[in-house]
Amino acid sequence: MSELYRRYGKLLTLIMILLTAFWLLALVIIPNIVLFEFSFESYLPVDQLGGPLDVYSLKNYETFIYSPIHIRIFFQTIIYSSLVTLLCLCMSYPVAFYLAKVIRIENAPTIFLLLLIPLWVSEILRSFAWFIILSFQGPLNALLLGIGIIGKPIRWISGFNGVIIGLIYSYILFMLFPVYNAISSLDSNQIEASEDLGAPLWRTHWRVVIPHAKPGIASGCVMVFMLCAGSVIVPSTLAAPNSRWFTEIIQQWMFEGLDWNVGSAYAFLLLVLCILFVSIVMRVLNVRLVDIAK
Amino acid sequence: MSEAVELSKVSMDFAQFRAVNKVDVTIKAGEFFSFLGPSGCGKTTILRLISGFMDPTEGAVKIGGVDMIGIRPNARPTALIFQNLALFPLMPVWENISFGLEVRGVDKATRRAKAEELLNLVELYDSADKKISQLSGGQKQRVAIARALAVEPKVMLLDEPLSALDLKLRQHMRAELRAIQKRTGVTFIYITHDQGEALAMSDRVGVMSQGILQQVGTPMEIYNNPANGFVASFVGENNIFEGTVKSVKAGVASFATALGNFETRLGKGVAAGSKAKIYVRPEHTALQKTTAPKANSVPVEVGDVAFEGNFVNIFVRDRLGGTHMIQAQNDPNIALPANGSKMHMVFAPEHAVVLAAAATSSQS
Ligand SMILES: Nc1ncnc2c1ncn2[C@@H]1O[C@H](COP(=O)(O)OP(=O)(O)OP(=O)(O)O)[C@@H](O)[C@H]1O
Ligand SMILES: [Mg+2]
Repeated sequence: MSELYRRYGKLLTLIMILLTAFWLLALVIIPNIVLFEFSFESYLPVDQLGGPLDVYSLKNYETFIYSPIHIRIFFQTIIYSSLVTLLCLCMSYPVAFYLAKVIRIENAPTIFLLLLIPLWVSEILRSFAWFIILSFQGPLNALLLGIGIIGKPIRWISGFNGVIIGLIYSYILFMLFPVYNAISSLDSNQIEASEDLGAPLWRTHWRVVIPHAKPGIASGCVMVFMLCAGSVIVPSTLAAPNSRWFTEIIQQWMFEGLDWNVGSAYAFLLLVLCILFVSIVMRVLNVRLVDIAK
Repeated sequence: MSEAVELSKVSMDFAQFRAVNKVDVTIKAGEFFSFLGPSGCGKTTILRLISGFMDPTEGAVKIGGVDMIGIRPNARPTALIFQNLALFPLMPVWENISFGLEVRGVDKATRRAKAEELLNLVELYDSADKKISQLSGGQKQRVAIARALAVEPKVMLLDEPLSALDLKLRQHMRAELRAIQKRTGVTFIYITHDQGEALAMSDRVGVMSQGILQQVGTPMEIYNNPANGFVASFVGENNIFEGTVKSVKAGVASFATALGNFETRLGKGVAAGSKAKIYVRPEHTALQKTTAPKANSVPVEVGDVAFEGNFVNIFVRDRLGGTHMIQAQNDPNIALPANGSKMHMVFAPEHAVVLAAAATSSQS
């Protein structure tokens, strides 16, 4: 703070702080507070607004508790988001290790550029691209049939398969970068010391690399999990008829049912329950919030 | 308990650059052997070749008579102490020390007991449960040694492990390392660019320059009979005169310089008629008012005099501007020459030696 003061002077510092405060307040806090209030009000016809029925209640939240389908979809969202997180971790870790410790440092920027290019394409386009790739008559099946790996086309987009593939593709870099950062800060001599003391590769990773990379792994996991659970575009593009995502229910309440009150309640439930879930997992795995903030 | 390490014609190339050039040496079982050389001469590379982090481009590495090429570090009977120690900061001290045992599937109680035992060996008591970050530099050093000893290596490799310590602790740890080596009987291969360290600790020293092993010998041999000019000037101080070998008679060379003729011993690889340099240790020279009849003598002008306590260094300048150092033992009656006085620097023929420059790749 005093650093800012010294560097930019009083006026500029004040302007910057005010702008940040405005951004936080107007674009993050106030809309959330409004939605939060919404979630306790009832969806009423205009003429009853301010009438005897216009009181705060937990009715909207009860809607969730009394809808077994919604509860099931909620748990599906949590479970499949966890699965995507886990798969992202399993796929990112070796790549991150390879980038951080195996390849020559001069080659890293090129590879990062190649990894980043897909991220410049909008999420909608990427989801549609996967929709096309995975479709029954699509290029993936054509390719696999062509080289004779499969005998007849596979229905890729069934159950949660499509959603899982799409989510992994969309969010894997949010896992890769923090894990890469964490691993590259490890002194390579420690890896060698472990090997020199007789450790096979897996033990070096288990005892030396992973403990060191834990904060990075944790922040990657939290990020990917929250992005997955809150994702709208991928599930709505790549879902099969029987695989629904909790965000789709929220969307339904808000834009099809036009009931913003229940929609808000559902949105807050998702947020609160996800935070709860993440905290429990972090507690179980003995990760602290300060580690992630680093 | 310990094994011999045999390097035969070992070379290591990094792309175009030859970091180690045909190094040929056998380190005996139970020996304390030092590689001594300036920064970048390939010392660490040799250690990494022995520990197995890389294999030589040419030549063979044998430990206890077994060819080690292609064997990973985790399967070699060596333990390496890294230049920066590379302790595991997230494990407490005792887990660091017993990591090698954990790898070998030893149960926790035995591991803990062994760690305590090793902590006693390196004289670090009550530190088993400390974090690495709570230790001082010297204590970390000891933990690194204990960690390496825990796997009962046949050969211990140490890469300048004392370079990060202050002078006092360094001298203390030198003695300690030497004592641990004696107690355990393990072959120690020690790397340093500090000649004092190498001379004080080692049974034998290998002096390296630009990837080439220049000389192998006991500290006394290295100091008293350097094989070539590089060794002579890298290990200890020397006064150097350039000139030509005129003739050789009964092992005594007659050496012509711009300052006059000297009689000297003749080192290996120098032929009559060739250009070379002679090397004289400061402690083998003296200052006199007159020339000495049986010794070599150079007229000089006295410059600075540095009183070092047990001895005195007198810096002098010859007629051509070359500076030399004369070292005299201190005694209460010593008469120090005045700055600017004209005197003679004298040295006996048996204390001066003509040496060729360092061995280069074309010669070996
Ligand atoms: N992996 C590598 N790739 C390319 N060159 C290397 C590599 N490792 C070492 N070298 C080069 O080989 C030479 C010897 O390096 P080495 O680390 O063995 O020196 P050293 O004697 O241990 O020096 P210091 O006393 O500074 O530690 C150096 O010139 C170095 O640049
Ligand atoms: Mg080195």
